[in-house]
Amino acid sequence: MRALEIVETGALTLVQDLGRPGYAHLGVPPSGALDTAALRLANRLVGNAEDAAGIETVLGGLAVRATESCTAAVTGPPVPVTVDGRAVGSHAPVPVRAGQRLAIGTPATGLRCYLAVSGGLAVEPVLGSRSRDVLSGLGPEPLEPGMSVPLGPPTGVPAGADVLPPSPAPAELVVPVLLGPRDDWFTDAAAGLSVWWTITAESNRVGLRLDGPPLRRARTAELPSEAVLTGAIQVPPDGRPILFLADHPTTGGYPVAATVRRTSLSALAQARPGTSIRFRLSSRAGNG
Amino acid sequence: MRWRPYGEQAALLDCASLEQMSAARAALADAAVEGVVELVPGARTLLVVEEPGSRALETARTVLAEAELSRPPPEIPREVTLDVHYDGADLALVASAAGLAEDEVVELHTGAAYTVAFTGFAPGFGYLTGLPAQLQQPRLDSPRTRVPAGSVAIAGEYAGVYPRPSPGGWRLLGHTDATLFDAGAERPALFEPGVRVRFRSV
Repeated sequence: MRALEIVETGALTLVQDLGRPGYAHLGVPPSGALDTAALRLANRLVGNAEDAAGIETVLGGLAVRATESCTAAVTGPPVPVTVDGRAVGSHAPVPVRAGQRLAIGTPATGLRCYLAVSGGLAVEPVLGSRSRDVLSGLGPEPLEPGMSVPLGPPTGVPAGADVLPPSPAPAELVVPVLLGPRDDWFTDAAAGLSVWWTITAESNRVGLRLDGPPLRRARTAELPSEAVLTGAIQVPPDGRPILFLADHPTTGGYPVAATVRRTSLSALAQARPGTSIRFRLSSRAGNG
Repeated sequence: MRWRPYGEQAALLDCASLEQMSAARAALADAAVEGVVELVPGARTLLVVEEPGSRALETARTVLAEAELSRPPPEIPREVTLDVHYDGADLALVASAAGLAEDEVVELHTGAAYTVAFTGFAPGFGYLTGLPAQLQQPRLDSPRTRVPAGSVAIAGEYAGVYPRPSPGGWRLLGHTDATLFDAGAERPALFEPGVRVRFRSV
């Protein structure tokens, strides 16, 4: 059987596809790759459908061996990639022969690298997705050295080298947001969010935790639990926002001051702890 | 009712009460609006997420503008009865706080008809309304680090059942052997919004 043997893993190495939307009313988070643009690109490079399952690894460090010849691609931030020790580069389709070892180094910037392999990872789907959800524990267990992951049959043709060069993850992010749904619970949500915040080390796939001057509440009442979305900026009583990512809880009891535009989610997925971030008001009709 | 825009593809309907929210949810579920990708109830709100490029939010507004929301939903999707062993760690505490005997607590809890109002906290965890007023008590001051799967519990105006072991601050009345969530099953969650629930002492 075609399989990928896991030789070494990074800080957190998970199987991810585009997640399991549509089950929030049952309490199931959407999950899925945080940098969806990077996973889609990796899949296109190896000739997979964009929603095929690949591997998301934090700060590189992943090494795998394929049992049969395949095409692989690594995306995300620019990162050293080797096949049997020979540098091959990221963001390009790489032929890997049976038994060869493909290794991902440590990216100089950014956080999450994606490995796609022709045929995609064929672990058993859960509620229509192969994504590991760290909040609810749904989906395949985190990958560990010694594990073997089945691969599906290759279907498409790997892409040519028509790809834009990867750009390093910036040290500062300015993220467009749409106010609401609960901006009226704060004295001036737009102004409060426009200052520089720092992404803290407590951040994970559930959300980015931000440190900075606390947002001030106009209302002190307790908010009855309500649904939250990926990209929602929820503000607990201490005034320090949590920006929800794909493994967020489906409902929450704190007001959401604003919601980031979906096009910013990939950049947020690559933001390391310590990154400075501020939010810029965006109009609902426009694209800015 | 008031719609609050939420990001690029969603809106949150603010309702006057849980009853109004439940009626709005049932009306939208019944209308099966094309392009609605998520319909997520909260305690006083209903989130509608549309597929990009669809006009589902607009259609949803129209459906609700024309719906009769003052009556409870005509159809109940499902009724489930859970067998409960009333041996919970907080049964005595709940009884003394309510000024009742333990068997009176069981009688009240099993005598009521509950409805799954909304979900959250964990896959398959439902917030059930219909808890008798005498049993409405706050969460524990200090949450437990581990509540066993199947624990039947109460907190505030809600009843609930823990689908799997987890930390939790609700008061535990007993436990059930029923499976609350099975991702591999055709119907993964026993509790979904609108389902009617009863508890039976065994």
